[in-house]
Amino acid sequence: MAHAPETAHHEPAHGHGGHGDSHGEHVSVGHDYTTTGLNHRKMLMWVFLGSDCLFFGSLIATYMVYRGQSLQGPYPVDIIDIPITTISTFVLLCSSFAMVRALAATNENNQTGIKVWLLATAILGAIFIGFQVYEFNLFKNEGLTLGQNLFGATFFTLTGFHGAHVTLGIIWLLALFVISFKGRLHPGTALDVEICGLYWHFVDIVWIVIFTLLYLVGGFDAGPAAPGH
Amino acid sequence: MATITEVLPRPTSATAGLWSWITTVDHKRIGVLYGATALVFMLLSGIEAGLIRMQLAVPDTDILGPERYNQMFTMHATVMIFMVIMPMGVAFFNFVVPLAIGARDVAFPRLNALSYWIFLFGSILMHFSFIVNQVPDAGWFSYANLTEQPFSRNMGLDFWAIGLLILGTSSVAGGLNFVVTIINLRAPGMSLMRMPVFVWMTLLTSILLILAMPVITVGLIELVMDRNFGTHFFIPSEGGDPILWQHLFWVFGHPEVYILILPPMGIVSEILPTFSKKPLFGYPFVIFSGIVIAIMGWAVWSHHMFTVGLGPIANSVFTITTMLIAVPTGVKIFNWLGTMWKGSIEFTTPMLYALGFIFLFIIGGLSGVSHAVSPSDFQQQDTYYIVAHLHYVLFGGSIMGIFAGIYYWWPKLTGKLLNETLGKINFWLIFIGMNVTFFPMHFVGMNGMPRRIYTYSSEFGWGDLNMLASVGYLILFVGFLVFLYNIVQNRNARRVSHDPWDAPGVEWSIASPPPAYNFAEVPTIRGRDHYWIVKDEAREAGDPITEPEPAVDPRTIHMPSPSYWPLITAIGVGLIGGGLLSHYGVSFLGGLIAFIGVIGWSNEPPAAEEH
Repeated sequence: MAHAPETAHHEPAHGHGGHGDSHGEHVSVGHDYTTTGLNHRKMLMWVFLGSDCLFFGSLIATYMVYRGQSLQGPYPVDIIDIPITTISTFVLLCSSFAMVRALAATNENNQTGIKVWLLATAILGAIFIGFQVYEFNLFKNEGLTLGQNLFGATFFTLTGFHGAHVTLGIIWLLALFVISFKGRLHPGTALDVEICGLYWHFVDIVWIVIFTLLYLVGGFDAGPAAPGH
Repeated sequence: MATITEVLPRPTSATAGLWSWITTVDHKRIGVLYGATALVFMLLSGIEAGLIRMQLAVPDTDILGPERYNQMFTMHATVMIFMVIMPMGVAFFNFVVPLAIGARDVAFPRLNALSYWIFLFGSILMHFSFIVNQVPDAGWFSYANLTEQPFSRNMGLDFWAIGLLILGTSSVAGGLNFVVTIINLRAPGMSLMRMPVFVWMTLLTSILLILAMPVITVGLIELVMDRNFGTHFFIPSEGGDPILWQHLFWVFGHPEVYILILPPMGIVSEILPTFSKKPLFGYPFVIFSGIVIAIMGWAVWSHHMFTVGLGPIANSVFTITTMLIAVPTGVKIFNWLGTMWKGSIEFTTPMLYALGFIFLFIIGGLSGVSHAVSPSDFQQQDTYYIVAHLHYVLFGGSIMGIFAGIYYWWPKLTGKLLNETLGKINFWLIFIGMNVTFFPMHFVGMNGMPRRIYTYSSEFGWGDLNMLASVGYLILFVGFLVFLYNIVQNRNARRVSHDPWDAPGVEWSIASPPPAYNFAEVPTIRGRDHYWIVKDEAREAGDPITEPEPAVDPRTIHMPSPSYWPLITAIGVGLIGGGLLSHYGVSFLGGLIAFIGVIGWSNEPPAAEEH
């Protein structure tokens, strides 16, 4: 889904279509010129990830500010299940490995490898989402909802937006998977895969922060300390 | 997916007519769209301000009534900030930045169009609140608890929050685009320390946008969830903390202040050298002051919260940081004065506005330092003294800078000068009107008149100064009408040369209005004030430059083709927001349309078939 840049200056051969490089003939002044030599789209993704850091930073800050402020249960210590989430975290980390392999396969023009590893990344991401759906359901059944207490509100908002990011990444991976059947992924278009990979690894890293803070650190929080303690 | 593009081939590059504007990806046209839209909202928001002044002109009146009054000051501020000053800044980013760095367009022309359309639909969506008569009414910073269900009984604040969420998307997309454009599309020779100050300020503003907007986005999401999905983020009775909203809002809100003022500072830094016939004094100091402001802007937010009760240590720290940030601002002012010192100053309309900017911004800056002192701020908090201050920086600063920029770059946009006599009448009316309106507010504020009250008793003795302020509004309004008339009559004006001001920027080396491709040949930048260097050399060689760069056949230059996918995607985004306010089915439809838009976008062939 990565769209080709459309600038007058810069129309890389790995733009749309890949196989139809006839566009490359429209050479104009400064055709391949970028000031830094870096690709526009790659830079855009890096800057966007900087922006997304502030987004997750604010959500995480909200969670941390409200730690231990819930007036009624269930509290994290009652329902957070670290072993299960450790497994789903492991699955998500494996997906990053698959993503790396997908990019490597693209650079080597290994068409089977591209398809296998892209699909593997998407499936591992989907398994992670499956764990999350299971966890949300479990929590709901144990009485934790958005409106139940601040823990519910902050937990579901933060992990929900992370899940939405993963879901978007899965859609992106599947779109790449689809166009790989048209032979549109090869070393010349490896950037399309690389940029998706940047996003995917970022979302994984955010999860590592969330897992550490919400599960390993905050998972044992109980209700507000009784007065006098 | 390929079928979509087959059904809807890429529009051809028509250059006239409504369709060419709807599908445009040309940065100059998008700049015009931003500017024109912002002018409409300026008129709208100005009328809201007029209703406020009408209500306050005499004590003990009930022309508007308290409810309408709350709606008016809320919408006046929200519209002026998010739909006038910010998009006006973006209009200048769009029109000026690619020209000033020697580029043919921005890095992502379609993303640029998407930013505009999302901005337009977000703004319209928020104004739907007038149609259903459920207008936001909790002030532009909408503090909890006023925004929570027991105190806010209609959907006004949902319109406000969702409208701002959509506008935020547009701002982030625009910010990303300009960061990449400025870093990556500079012409050869345009090193960072040769960039025009306006381009520098655009870069800093864009960085602030992409970092500050996510913070308010999270605050707004939490607010929407409180109001619609049963959470209690900001409801104290359930353990929530209204102060968290204040922190999230002002962590965004103070960088936002610099988002509003840095672009006009850049504009003024272009105009003063041009009309003083001298290079900018202390260019590196101006740049580094801008950088320091952009960084320090993140460390002062709690000065909006001195009276909240954060404690003496927090208040002291934020007092000190706030006073420190006055230093780089002061450095800039001295650099502007130094630029004019011993220059042969030409008092054109843009120069008058730039001088007005400096004069009024100093007053606003000084009152700003006075409430940086937290004990003194306890006296000023929530009084008209603050209203005076913020209008001196946002009207006296931002709006004056924007007018300066319009008069300065207008001949580049149209090839014609705005009428100078009308321009000067325009300037003096605005300048005098501005001071008559806002200067008395210092006094009524120190006298204790609170903000956001719809009327006051005659016994307080605030009546005369309030009447004076309302008269000032009328002067301002006439001034604005003169400006509109100046624009309307401009079609009859005579064409001027491509470089009417003898300006230093590379954008003045090409024809006015610029051809679609901007530069026939990408220029090699010779230094700061590139075009002055080029013109001086030509003059010394005995062959002074009188003509712009020669035009070439546009078909020889490959430009991005127009596209309607940005519009379709933006319609989808607007419907997602509209659905959150009406029926979730509409949101689903919007999501679907946005998805189709993105798919079509990424499969669009790079050029129209004709090419």
